[in-house]
Amino acid sequence: MSDFPYLLVLMLLPLVTGLGLLAVPEHRHDVIRRAALVVSLVVLVLTVLMTVAFEPSGPRFQFVQSYPWIPDFGVRFSLGVDGIALVMILLIGVLVPVVVGASWNEGADAGRGTGKSGSMRTFFSWLLVLEALLIGVFAATDIFLFYVFFEAMLVPMYFLIGSFGGPRRQYAAVKFFLYSLVGGLIMLASVIGLYVVSANEIGQGTFAFDALRQISIDPDLQKLLFLGFFIAFAIKAPLVPFHTWLPDAGAEAPIGGAVLLVGVLDKVGTFGFLRYCLPLFPDASRAFAPAILVLAVLGILYGALLAMGQTDMKRLVAYTSIAHFGFIALGVFAFTTQAGTGAVLYMVNHGISTGALFLIVGVLISRGKSRTIGDYGGVGSVAPLLAGAFLLAGLSSLALPGTNSFVSEFLVLLGSFGPYPVFSILATVGIILAALYILLMYQRTMHGPIKPAVRGFKDLSKREMAYLSPLLAVIIVLGVYPKPLLDIITPAVNATMSDVGADQSSAQAGNEGGD
Amino acid sequence: MEIPGTYAEASGLLASAWLLVGIPLIGAAVLLLGGRRLDKAGHLIGCATIVLDFVLAVALVAALAGQDEGEKAVTDTLFSFIPVGELQVDIGMLFDPLSAVFVLLITGVGALIHIYSIGYMAHDRARRRFFAYMNLFVAAMLLLVLGNGYVTLYIGWEGVGLASYLLIAFWYRRPAAATAAKKAFIMNRVGDVGLIIAIFVMFATLGSTSFADVFAGASGLAAGTVTALGLLLLLGACGKSGQVPLQAWLPDAMEGPTPVSALIHAATMVTAGVYLIARSAPLFDLSETARTAVTVVGLVTLLYGAIVGCAYDDIKKVLAYSTVSQIGYMFLAVGLGPAGYAVAILHLLTHGFFKAGLFLGAGSVMHGMNDEVDMRKFGGLGSKMRITYITFALGYLSLIGFPFFSGYFSKDLVIEVAFDSGGTLGWILGGGAMLAAGLTAFYMTRLMVMTFLGRPRWDSDAHPHESPAVMTVPMVVLSLGSVFAGFILVNVLPLSDWLEPVFGPEPEVDHVVAPIVVSILTTIVVALGVGAAWFFVARREVPVRPPVNVSPVIKAARANLYGDAFNESVFMRPGQWLTRAMVYVDNRGIDGAVNGLAAGLGGTSGRLRRTQTGFVRSYALSILGGALVVTVAFLAVRFG
Repeated sequence: MSDFPYLLVLMLLPLVTGLGLLAVPEHRHDVIRRAALVVSLVVLVLTVLMTVAFEPSGPRFQFVQSYPWIPDFGVRFSLGVDGIALVMILLIGVLVPVVVGASWNEGADAGRGTGKSGSMRTFFSWLLVLEALLIGVFAATDIFLFYVFFEAMLVPMYFLIGSFGGPRRQYAAVKFFLYSLVGGLIMLASVIGLYVVSANEIGQGTFAFDALRQISIDPDLQKLLFLGFFIAFAIKAPLVPFHTWLPDAGAEAPIGGAVLLVGVLDKVGTFGFLRYCLPLFPDASRAFAPAILVLAVLGILYGALLAMGQTDMKRLVAYTSIAHFGFIALGVFAFTTQAGTGAVLYMVNHGISTGALFLIVGVLISRGKSRTIGDYGGVGSVAPLLAGAFLLAGLSSLALPGTNSFVSEFLVLLGSFGPYPVFSILATVGIILAALYILLMYQRTMHGPIKPAVRGFKDLSKREMAYLSPLLAVIIVLGVYPKPLLDIITPAVNATMSDVGADQSSAQAGNEGGD
Repeated sequence: MEIPGTYAEASGLLASAWLLVGIPLIGAAVLLLGGRRLDKAGHLIGCATIVLDFVLAVALVAALAGQDEGEKAVTDTLFSFIPVGELQVDIGMLFDPLSAVFVLLITGVGALIHIYSIGYMAHDRARRRFFAYMNLFVAAMLLLVLGNGYVTLYIGWEGVGLASYLLIAFWYRRPAAATAAKKAFIMNRVGDVGLIIAIFVMFATLGSTSFADVFAGASGLAAGTVTALGLLLLLGACGKSGQVPLQAWLPDAMEGPTPVSALIHAATMVTAGVYLIARSAPLFDLSETARTAVTVVGLVTLLYGAIVGCAYDDIKKVLAYSTVSQIGYMFLAVGLGPAGYAVAILHLLTHGFFKAGLFLGAGSVMHGMNDEVDMRKFGGLGSKMRITYITFALGYLSLIGFPFFSGYFSKDLVIEVAFDSGGTLGWILGGGAMLAAGLTAFYMTRLMVMTFLGRPRWDSDAHPHESPAVMTVPMVVLSLGSVFAGFILVNVLPLSDWLEPVFGPEPEVDHVVAPIVVSILTTIVVALGVGAAWFFVARREVPVRPPVNVSPVIKAARANLYGDAFNESVFMRPGQWLTRAMVYVDNRGIDGAVNGLAAGLGGTSGRLRRTQTGFVRSYALSILGGALVVTVAFLAVRFG
């Protein structure tokens, strides 16, 4: 089975279906959404099969396919996954069917006084195209191809926010787009720079990741090229202070879009750190690491404090993500196997638990027609299943042991404690704040006397249970038995750490000193 | 004690210790997922799992007792949890005399309180959910005491925190209950930071977090590292056990149903801090500083709890402050090292009996008094509730340390080893503990008098009545423990012998004060406390409303010595202010600057917002522009 062109099929299937949906008459809602669901489930099955077929101890990149694309410039259509990209694609595979289930009626009310312009057909079309492009961005092993996907994935997300979002969707969509575009253009400069360097070093310009990884670049030039990539990824991730687009985009996006935006699309930033910044620019990575770690820790505390101050549920969840991205960045730039593995696992876990949190908030909003926390209260008394699901997702967000997020947060903090005890301790304080923002929101919405607006709330419907329960089950399963994923991630992280020249023994004994 | 951290492989029955955790965990899962169809049988399932667990626990302890010398601690690795490079975290069980004692306490008292809850929660529509959470608690608590490494312990540690949160907030429509639950969780998390950082230090210095590796390597650690570990563990212990400065959540936790207060917030969970320190004895043995810190925390807390306990009128709050104070005694003892470990565990056990019994008694009173907790509205209940009265009285005598009751043996020993620790500190510790014994006698006598004696001060709609047998039988059993457990564990089946494989033989000490003198003095102080309560409370009419013109001392005690006020003014308000300020900065400052910049760039975004079609055109344009840049760059490289 390992000769099966998984990656190509995984991209083409949703892409073709997504475009094909445009040929379906707009009012055939059931055809449209069922087709989207079936295709996304097939993609899920394929990603699971691919994960099983992946050999953790095998070559770094597997399922490799490479076709000439723009021969004049050495651009190839090269696909392949290491353990890191693999688990991200698995995450996409899990989240998209869930999002389809959650967006079952999205666009059904187009034009009927809602002011939303998008139809169901366009929604699911963009959604599947987005899935194809997201898989592409993680599967690309040619940097130019990566850049193309990196830019292209903005388009479906722009339309998902701009056509299906909340009242300020236009503003949010444009803001999201401009931020990303600026980052992308800066990265483009570095991509071209890399090409030039490779042309000089090996005579033949190339964009192939593996070839570029092996050339050594002058440290000063490295710093410049590094910054080009870093800024693009820092905006995408986002790290403080590049973050202000996220609360707007996260709050205004339709729930399904928000899940994929925060759950997957933003991870391209942290994925980029690991895949491109560290291996291609090891000297620059080491030089900038302390400064980036400061931003990471700042983000953890800043995001958490801001989350506490929000009155809008969706913005709150978006701000919690800024804190979580701080943890991921801390793990990436601490340069230990444990922290790096933790960061990658964090990327998966955050997608699951924040995805669940967004979806449940979405259910609440669909009932109460308000994003304001203060409009709710006592929901637990009328909708106990909803409250239970909310609590479980929230506990995962605050990284309670037994849930998935604990393992990743533990690894990040433990792995960064050796080389950077002060940063690790400051970040650990973030777990108190996480408990505060989650439990405050939970108490205000679920506990207390039943508010008038909440009376008559329906509990979770069968459809809502159907798309939420897989995520909730994953939260527990990965919390108790994360080993299978860790076994896939660790070798890839080790390879990355040896690219960046991190001393593996530094994970122990704290022998690099404190700061 | 042999070399610290050497454990035998578990075999036979002992290899099934994990079932102790598994059975109640399955119970909780079944009750939660089973839905409404289990409403009728939920409480029976919940009780059955714990009773079964108790039977298994007895069998396991018997098997452990039959093990050869030197194999009294057996370990069993279940599965690999977090394997990443050099970090190899396994989930595994350690069954040794120390965990055995806790397992018996948790399942034994747990089973009694589960049975009691059948009656107590009979009229609550969410009784199934209650039993699910209680089962979850027992499972987590057993994982805490059975884990063979700090990570497994931590999972249980957080698990009991979650169960505690769920059960304090059980009646979550009451804002006070919801707030108390959140407060408990947050303050525990403050302590958890200490515990988790201790785990990081262990990995950074020893490369492992299992008990076996940490204890075996402890002697090779730098002195400063060991002290840091001790203090970090102490922070964790303070959070979980409601010790100063993290004590404020425990009295508020009384918002939960009373069986919860009995099991979690008196007998078991709140003693987890004592377990943590006792379990980490090989670390604390190496750091005098850390041990001293533990004793000081214990002394401050035992005095704090006793003083505040004198001033409250809420029966459960008085018992809660009493718990804070009694756990202070345990901290004091456990901080004294080898001389005190077994003593601390002894007091933990006797306290488990009498305090659980007292809480169940308080619950029985509330059950018969429309959930009233204000002792000023009680009085004369002794004649209406004979069994409750008698069992409560036995628990009371045990708690104040009436000669030859359980609490007498254990508390006396704590005071004794405190004096024996020597030096000025020894006198302070012993004297403080003795003084608090007098205060304990005062507040408990006050509670007895106000509740069961004197003239009734009931509300007009109160019809006090005795509780059903399903509630009184557990109370009777616990009261027997309150009477006899101390004598048995000191003279018949000495606990110190049982725990010797864990803590080593008790060191020979030169008594600073002869034990008999300590006993006599303590008994006199206790008698003075009882007498004072009799003089000030029993001889006069208890006003239904608390007197307003009181001395500053009483005012301070009523405001729990300003513990809550301190937290509010130092942490809560500044925190809220900081949060608001940062939200403002983020909206106006950072985002404002970016928006301003965008507007400055020709106002494009403003125009784009107006029409979408216009935007798409610009988008296409920018893509085109990008492509142009790329092409030019390529050409430059190729022909340049």
